[in-house]
Amino acid sequence: MILDAAGWTALLLSLKVAITATFLSLPFAIWLAWVLARKEFVGKAWVSACVHLPLVLPPVVTGYLLLIAFGRNGVLGRFLYDVFGITLAFRWTGAALAAAIMAFPLMVRAIRLAIEAVNPRLEEAAATLGAPNWAVFARVTLPLAAPGVLAGTVMGFAKAMGEFGATITFVANIPGQTQTLPSAIYALLQIPGQEGPAAALVIWALIISVSAVFVSEWLARRMAKRIGASHGL
Amino acid sequence: MGFELSLRHSFPNMSFDLSFSGGPGITVLFGPSGAGKTSVLRAFTGILTPHSGRATLNDTVLFDTTTNTNVATHKRRIGSVFQDGRLFPHLTALQNIRFGKPYLKRRASLIPEDALIDLLGLEALLHNVPSTLSGGEIQRVALARALNAAPDMLVMDEPLAALDGPRKDAILPYFDRLKTKAAIPILYVTHSVDELARLADNVVLMKDGEIVQHGSVYDVLSSPNAIPLLGVREAGSVLSATVGEALSNGLTRLDTSAGALELPSVSAQKGDTVRVRILAQDVILAGEKPVGLSARNILPAVILNIHQGRGPGAAVVLKVGDQTLLSRITDASRLDMGLTEGQHVFAILKASSIARPVQGE
Repeated sequence: MILDAAGWTALLLSLKVAITATFLSLPFAIWLAWVLARKEFVGKAWVSACVHLPLVLPPVVTGYLLLIAFGRNGVLGRFLYDVFGITLAFRWTGAALAAAIMAFPLMVRAIRLAIEAVNPRLEEAAATLGAPNWAVFARVTLPLAAPGVLAGTVMGFAKAMGEFGATITFVANIPGQTQTLPSAIYALLQIPGQEGPAAALVIWALIISVSAVFVSEWLARRMAKRIGASHGL
Repeated sequence: MGFELSLRHSFPNMSFDLSFSGGPGITVLFGPSGAGKTSVLRAFTGILTPHSGRATLNDTVLFDTTTNTNVATHKRRIGSVFQDGRLFPHLTALQNIRFGKPYLKRRASLIPEDALIDLLGLEALLHNVPSTLSGGEIQRVALARALNAAPDMLVMDEPLAALDGPRKDAILPYFDRLKTKAAIPILYVTHSVDELARLADNVVLMKDGEIVQHGSVYDVLSSPNAIPLLGVREAGSVLSATVGEALSNGLTRLDTSAGALELPSVSAQKGDTVRVRILAQDVILAGEKPVGLSARNILPAVILNIHQGRGPGAAVVLKVGDQTLLSRITDASRLDMGLTEGQHVFAILKASSIARPVQGE
C-alpha cells in the first residue's frame, strides 16, 4: 500500500496522462459517435473501421506507427516541433497521445450506442420547436445519452490508466518523465527482490479502477432516474 | 393567413399526388390508416422532403422543388403535436413548455404562457416529469409546448389516438377552447369521425395518397360520396344549433334554422352555438307529418338528391332550413315511398341518435 517516491511519481504521472488523454479526446469522441450514429455518408464503414483499428492492432504496432508519425523525423512530429515547438516522443504528452488513441475506440463505441438509443423522434420534436441542430444535440440528444457518455468516459479513463504496449514503444520507460503505473510495475518486476513495491503499485491500480467503475455506476443510476424510465407517452 | 400544399412523392408501397390549401381554423385530414395523412404533416414540418411539390405558409415558401428551396424544420415555425407525445423525458412539464422560448426572437406568443397554462389546466403538474404524467396530461403539455413556441401553424397527428374514451372526452374541451383562441391554421390528422365532426372547420378526405373530397365540414359530412370512407355506421351530417331553454322534463331546446330539437343532457349555456351530429342511419323519413310517435324531433325537409349506393341502401340528402342533413334508408323504402328529388318530407331524428353537442364555433 505504501508507495516510495518513484512509485508516487509513476502513479501521479499515470493519473495526469489518463485525465489529459480522456478529456482532450472526449469532445472528438462525442462528435464522431454522433456522426456515426446519426449521419449517412459515403465511406462511413471506413471511418468506423479506422476508429476501431487500435482495438485490433497489437499495441506495439500502434506505438511504432505513432513513433514514425510523431517522432522528431516523422511528418507530424516535425510539423508540431517547427510550428508549435511541441515534442511528443519520449515525453509525458506523448504518453497521453498514445493513451488517447488506445482509449478512443472504446469511448466512441459506448457513446455511439448511447446516442443511437435516443429516440430520433424527440430530436424531430425539438426541431419543430425552433431549435437548430446544435441546440437539439446539446439540449436533447446529449442529456439523454449522458449515462452512456459517462460510461464511455470511465472506460476510456481506465484504458488510458492501463495502457502499456503503445506507450512504452512510443515514449519508452523513463522514470519521472514517461514511466506510468504499468511501465513502473513492469520495470520493478524485471528486478529480483522488488516484488513488494510492485505489489503496492498493483493494489493502487486496483483501487483506482474499481472506484472508477463504482462512481460511474452510481452516477449513471442517478442520471437514469432523472431522465425517467418512460420516454414521453 | 393560410397554407398551400402540392405534393408528389412515392414510397416503395404507395405514392402521393395531392394538393390542397387552408386558412385559420382546423382542417382535418381524414382517411383510413395508410392513406398517407402523416406523410402530409411530415412534408409540412420538413421531416419529409417530397420528390416534387411546393408548400407555402402565409405566402412564405416552405419548399419548392422547382427552385430547390427547402426551409429547415426549425425555421418553419410549424408546431407539432404527435400521437406519442414526445415530451423530453429529462425535463419537467414546465421546462418542456418553455423549450422553444430561446428561439422566439422577439415573436410574441399567440397566447401568453400563463393563459396557456390556465387554458390547458396545467398548474398542478408543472414540476412533474413526463414519466409521472398520464396520457391525457402528456398531450396537454405537448399542446402547450407547441403553442408556446409561437408557431404560424400547428399540425397535430392523431393527438388523441393513444387515449381511451373517458380521457379523450376530458381533453376534447381543451381543443375546443384552443380552436377559438389560436387564430392560426391547424392541420389535424385523425381517423375518428367523432373528432372530425366535433373539431373540423374544413375536411380533406384522403385515400391511397389522393384527395377524395375537400370542403367545409358541413358539406363533406352531408355528402353521400363520403359515406364509404367514413363508414356506413359513422356517416352523418352535423347541424349548427343555438342552445335555448332548459325544459322541465330534463331536455334542452336547441334551435336550428329548420326548427327546434329537444335533446337530453346538453351541457352548453343558453345562447351558445353548438354542433349536433346526426348519424345518417338514425334519420327516418316520413311522407306526411307523423302523429302519435314517440320521437320528438321532427324537421320538415326537402329532398335535394338521392344517391344510390352499391349495397341495399340509398343515401338521401335533405335540405332542412338552410342546412343539409343526410339520411340513409333502404332501397326498398325508397321505392315504396316513391321518393324523388324536390319532394317535401319529414325527417324524424331519434333522440338517442343525437351525439353530444359540440361547443365552439
